[in-house]
Amino acid sequence: MVRLTRRYRFAASHRLHSNHLSERENREMYGKCNYPYGHGHDYVLEVAVRGPRDAESGLAVDQRILDRLVSEEVLGPLDHKNLNLDVPAFQDVVPTAENLAAEVRRRLGDRWREAFAGPWPVLESIRIFETKRNIVELSNTL
Amino acid sequence: MLITRRVEFSASHVCRNPQFSEERNRALYGAAANPRGHGHNYLVEVTLDGAPDPLTGMVYDLKRLKEVLTREVVEPFDHRFLNHEVPPFDRVVPTTENLAVEIWRRLAPHFQDEKVSLYGVRVYETEDLYVDYRGETAWSA
Repeated sequence: MVRLTRRYRFAASHRLHSNHLSERENREMYGKCNYPYGHGHDYVLEVAVRGPRDAESGLAVDQRILDRLVSEEVLGPLDHKNLNLDVPAFQDVVPTAENLAAEVRRRLGDRWREAFAGPWPVLESIRIFETKRNIVELSNTL
Repeated sequence: MLITRRVEFSASHVCRNPQFSEERNRALYGAAANPRGHGHNYLVEVTLDGAPDPLTGMVYDLKRLKEVLTREVVEPFDHRFLNHEVPPFDRVVPTTENLAVEIWRRLAPHFQDEKVSLYGVRVYETEDLYVDYRGETAWSA
């Protein structure tokens, strides 16, 4: 059993603003991230996948399937988009790195079994680097 | 406590199984199936698990670890064509998965009688692709 991790990049803008807080509470909670016109990041997404190596091919995961799934479900819908305005999931959910990780996992998880026939590989964890210094991990094993 | 040391080597390889058709090799491995090969700057992270020695404050002598990594990984792999020059990759496809397992196999005997144990091997084929292996018993569930 090995774990394979693939790294992807996408650029997106967002504004951290909760519809359930006042203007002043939003400014105190999110600081600069609450500026009205939003701002952007070069996000890095790590997808970690675990499974046994196929004896013949030496592969634990078909990377083309993984790349296609991530491209269709994450990079296509999110790259060069305004997360608040262009992504329905963030209409009423604040696009923090935490919520973004959960959304990415939901998107991949929803189509995982359709993309990979059989019990392996499993989706083990998602890491979102909002910047080099701000990282969120959502893992099955933590 | 975990302690990790990194080593690098540059090598060429080709990912194709001679028992597969050309179409299947291309479908599975993509451009990596190009028969004349291509290369990577591999980065290997080796992690040991142990408690710091009360006298030295060290989990393991890093000079010794560096010597083991140099002898078992860097010297045999660096600037080689893995399929042609580094067994078992004359018979085993040198995918990142298989490289991680092979590096583990070469290192594991060095840590069997030590106070530390070999915890994990991580092989970066590129910045955007890496594989972790932690032995046959890890992740068996």
